[in-house]
Amino acid sequence: MGSREEKSAVNTQQSTVESQSFAGQAVATRDAYGAALAELGKRNEKVVVLDADLSGSTKTAKFAKAFPDRFFNMGISEQDMIGTAGGLSLTGKIPFASTFAIFETGRAWEQIRQTICYSSLNVKLVATHSGITVGEDGASHQALEDVALMRVLPQMVVIVPSDGFETKQVIDTVADYEGPVYVRLGRAKVPAVMPADYKFRIGKAYKFNIGRDVNIIANGIMVSAALQARELLSKEGIDAGVINMSTVKPLDTEILLEAAKISKLIVTAEEHSIIGGLGSAVSEFLSENHPISIKRIGTRDTFGGSGKPDELLKLYGLTAEDIVKTVTEFMRK
Amino acid sequence: MATVTQSRDIEFLKKQARTVRIEILKMLAQAGSGHTGGSLSAADIVTALYFYKMRHRPDNPKWPERDRFILSKGHAAPLLYTVLALTGYFDKSLLNTLRKTGSPLQGHPSSKMLHGVEVSTGSLGQGLSIANGMALGLRLDKSPARVYCLLGDGEIQEGQVWEAAMTAGHYVLDNLCAIVDLNSLQIDGRCEDVMKIDPVAEKWKAFNWHIFEIDGHNMEEIVTALDEAEKIKGKPSAILAKTVKGKGVSIFEGKVEYHGLAPTKEELEIALKELGGNGK
Repeated sequence: MGSREEKSAVNTQQSTVESQSFAGQAVATRDAYGAALAELGKRNEKVVVLDADLSGSTKTAKFAKAFPDRFFNMGISEQDMIGTAGGLSLTGKIPFASTFAIFETGRAWEQIRQTICYSSLNVKLVATHSGITVGEDGASHQALEDVALMRVLPQMVVIVPSDGFETKQVIDTVADYEGPVYVRLGRAKVPAVMPADYKFRIGKAYKFNIGRDVNIIANGIMVSAALQARELLSKEGIDAGVINMSTVKPLDTEILLEAAKISKLIVTAEEHSIIGGLGSAVSEFLSENHPISIKRIGTRDTFGGSGKPDELLKLYGLTAEDIVKTVTEFMRK
Repeated sequence: MATVTQSRDIEFLKKQARTVRIEILKMLAQAGSGHTGGSLSAADIVTALYFYKMRHRPDNPKWPERDRFILSKGHAAPLLYTVLALTGYFDKSLLNTLRKTGSPLQGHPSSKMLHGVEVSTGSLGQGLSIANGMALGLRLDKSPARVYCLLGDGEIQEGQVWEAAMTAGHYVLDNLCAIVDLNSLQIDGRCEDVMKIDPVAEKWKAFNWHIFEIDGHNMEEIVTALDEAEKIKGKPSAILAKTVKGKGVSIFEGKVEYHGLAPTKEELEIALKELGGNGK
């Protein structure tokens, strides 16, 4: 299972583990993960890593090279990987289990439910290759349902970092948090969006600004699109705010209420199905607590497909222009 | 709370196994539902583990050097609860709360609710992977502790079991011992009719395990296999234990319908008479 296109990366890893913050750097979140994990391994001997034959692609190969005794390649068997990670956590280890997002959350969903969440085990599920920006590999490898699958599980924390800088902090933070966590990462390089003084905290969204007309609640690669949309909207005289809701569960409801109370419209933006992900989480909360018009940007009850990431983002309506169009159409009504 | 008395004395262990069966049947009858057949078929094996083989401290369930027991066939929860109670993890009176609302004795074991349960199980096929992870973690820590995992024979129809079997062989987990309760029956009928699992021994051998084939109701064979398994280095061990579902009570033995049925009051009386128990 899975693409082997980056397998050669295993042999070209740096032999030394360096400290990198990724502040201001355009980098794929999986690359930030690989570096953060290897660095974490140096600091914390309890950290162990499991992968299901995709370590070159998920970038856990960097940890594997530095700490071979604490790395377990489980072969192409995601269900067994999750159970094994659970067992390791029961001996006091802090397991990070990685593969592509659809195999991690889809193939092994029931193992995650029964073994990890029901026993509340201290396992970190860090999946890469989420969303359509997986690109050419196509629909079979593009998870558009993973946030929904993880968010529904009791005990689970769900985090979708927006850039490399945030990813590095997320990895450090979840290692210190006791309990199951799902971290959703991507394959493609993404622009740096978070300011250099940003500090990630679980359950705390980051407010770039609050808009009087509309507030865009985004995560992952869509934070960058939301920031671009804000600029385009301001040219049309629309005051837009942007919030990075990197933790989808638990949701930062305080910031949501603040944004909803001041504006006419809330837009959610995610590289995921509009069913069950960030858009659903925001809609569920606001419909019960502060009903307001909501528009959701995301894939619309469909599978992805092969192509270049940028072309796919256009095809599936996940660009700054799509956000702008959604907002201006609403404002005209 | 009492601490456990352990012995390799066969007569002692047989007596304990009889008491375990009696308590299982009483708690199931009281609950009115639950899994009779598979609890009784594995009763001798699990008795041998808790009353002889495993290093464990009922007054300190999280003792780091304890041997671990994973009940992968989680529906045999009444058996696990009984040995935990009888070895002193909690008061025996708690057994009367099996399957009742709010009880820590859930229908299938929940580690968050009951001390002594290492991990929650119930969805079949997942325990051996967990046991592997524990064995890997203990080895990293250079711990002397061993891991025991009990599986059902119907359960090995789950694909994950074979993923895990491959992992244990690959990582040479000789601190791990799997025990398969070969009672030949599953809910829908005989394993042979529902989904053939034979040849079982050859399968485990092919996955690089050392195997022991024993009579799962012969206490001498059970303790000998457990002792020998500890000496096997360079391979994980699997004890393939031929058993009888519902073992110990004639009206339940080999009866597929008692997979998931609890004894009625009348059946309990017959069972207690046969087991020579007066309910104490």
